[in-house]
Amino acid sequence: MSGRPPLLEIEGLRTVFTVRGTEIAPVNGIDLAIGAGETVALVGESGSGKSVTALSVLGLLPRVARIAAGSVRLHGEGGAIDLARLDPEALRTIRGSRIGMVFQEPMTSLNPVLTIGDQITEPLLVHGLATRAEARERAIAMLDSVGIPDPARRLASYPHELSGGMRQRAMIAMALVCRPGLLIADEPTTALDVTVQAQIVELMTGLQESLRMGILFVTHNLGVVADMAHRVAIMYAGRIVEEGPVAEVFTAPRHPYTRGLLASVPRPGEALRLRRAGQKLAAIPGQVPSLMALPTGCAFAGRCPLAVDRCRTEAPGPTVPSPARSVRCHRWDAAA
Amino acid sequence: MSAPSPLVEVRGLTKHFGGGGLFGGSKVVRAVDDVTFTIRRGQVVGLVGESGSGKTTVGRTILRLIDPTGGKVVYDGTDIAGLSASALRPWRKRMQYIFQDPYASLSQRMTVGDILSEGLDIQGVGTRAERLDRAAMALDAVELPREALARYPHEFSGGQRQRIGIARALTLEPEFIVADEPVSALDVSIQAQIVNLLRDLQARTGQTMLLISHDLSVIEFLADTVVVLYLGRVMEAGPSEAVYTAPRHPYTQALLSAVPSTVPGEKRQRTVLKGDIPSPLSPPSGCVFRTRCPIATAECAGTVPALQGVGTDHQAACLKL
Repeated sequence: MSGRPPLLEIEGLRTVFTVRGTEIAPVNGIDLAIGAGETVALVGESGSGKSVTALSVLGLLPRVARIAAGSVRLHGEGGAIDLARLDPEALRTIRGSRIGMVFQEPMTSLNPVLTIGDQITEPLLVHGLATRAEARERAIAMLDSVGIPDPARRLASYPHELSGGMRQRAMIAMALVCRPGLLIADEPTTALDVTVQAQIVELMTGLQESLRMGILFVTHNLGVVADMAHRVAIMYAGRIVEEGPVAEVFTAPRHPYTRGLLASVPRPGEALRLRRAGQKLAAIPGQVPSLMALPTGCAFAGRCPLAVDRCRTEAPGPTVPSPARSVRCHRWDAAA
Repeated sequence: MSAPSPLVEVRGLTKHFGGGGLFGGSKVVRAVDDVTFTIRRGQVVGLVGESGSGKTTVGRTILRLIDPTGGKVVYDGTDIAGLSASALRPWRKRMQYIFQDPYASLSQRMTVGDILSEGLDIQGVGTRAERLDRAAMALDAVELPREALARYPHEFSGGQRQRIGIARALTLEPEFIVADEPVSALDVSIQAQIVNLLRDLQARTGQTMLLISHDLSVIEFLADTVVVLYLGRVMEAGPSEAVYTAPRHPYTQALLSAVPSTVPGEKRQRTVLKGDIPSPLSPPSGCVFRTRCPIATAECAGTVPALQGVGTDHQAACLKL
């Protein structure tokens, strides 16, 4: 965490779903810390548990799910509180005031029958943080700071009147209007076109610096991670398999899964070079194992080019290859 | 080395949706406007663009899954844009479509064997045994076990279903395939598998392919030629090498620079475009890109720029070249 005061500390978090009488663990014992003013990216493919982690922190799990173990401590004035043990009412107070949230699809998160102004001022009014007139002023200032032109007029707009990029900006304004210390953003750029994605990444990076908030950024897009995160945690089948500063993890990945992921996203210019040379893209063979039938040992062993017998029998614990980094792999120091 | 002969020549292709309406008042969506490009035999042409660019409409119109409003699709010397359904039939088996979503595009009630041999049935190819044999060979080609023939799509993962979708397109041994975002519904680690498979199959069979994608690196890896679309118009077209290493249109330049690199701290010269893609209901006058273009001037509002040569087989539509 590089000397930042702690903001969010997830320890031993295990979230289980009961599906047709069987219990599965999309989040299976993870540790993750976010410092004040730090952006941590949580990266994984579908079924890795990254979104369930975000929903666990927010207390927004579906009915079939529950936190079975672990703690989620949110630090603030007056000490830390464990979000995993709070009742729904107390969680609701914290969401919106101390934790902001932005989701992938703004159209499903914004209320279609309320104006943008109603939705941005709502948290301020609900949490009793402003009078109606003050709330309006703050909403206008917030819309302006997320780059929405003519903000005073936009307050009266409905979500469907905005483009995809503008809706995502409005949702970010809504998430940040109470000045939360922590923002949880679940795939906020995934539904956007690449030129609009670049705008939103630029916007979030700027806001993060000016507001000094912590961000948990859930994504599958490694390019966006390199652009805006300080640290990255890679999830696979419910566990964080590698974690550390983005610059270190991306230049010298230790887990074979991280290496595979990075290699399968060709850098600009590289695809052309591979094609000229008649080479293939680096692919990870096989597929993600079902949570209903996880192998004993390391969940990645079946797809891993470095797996040995031990990997198939013994789940790897965390190893610290260098300060500020952590990896769960028996073969982390084997040559790639 | 002379260039291979053209298989598909798209000339002034235009597709407008709507415009009728009960009182004739509904607006026209100009999905595709005067699109021209050529697909040569054995080549992979990449059609790249963001949402609303019209790339899927172009692909479907070429295969006549939807009818064009105007323009020509000259397929092996014949304009198929105006052919009747029955006149089109013999052409159909020469071309196939691979869909984006492997979950939605396979019937859940049919076995994989039935799905793969359905096209052969419809075209009346061979006996039932011969058809199943071709289905089995298609499974071999996409590296799935033959046992899959008796199973149902829901028993397979997303990547495997996309392999089934590709196998279905292969059973008729088409000479031309339109692949519409064939990997975008898949996880990153699976995408590379399917991209490699598509390239191996294309190299082995010499099939001609139109590859539609918003993913610039997929196009860069697979396509010989790239066509860049924006709001239904061609902005730039040319050999992949030239377009990727020396893009000439300001939109292509911005699009390429917007792709984030996985190299941390590598802040490339990035052009972040302002605003969103305008609605195809009311595209800007003149150059459709001018409202977001960093170098647009007043004259761009008055003239629709024509494609002009900027290099060997390389064209761009911009007044500021």
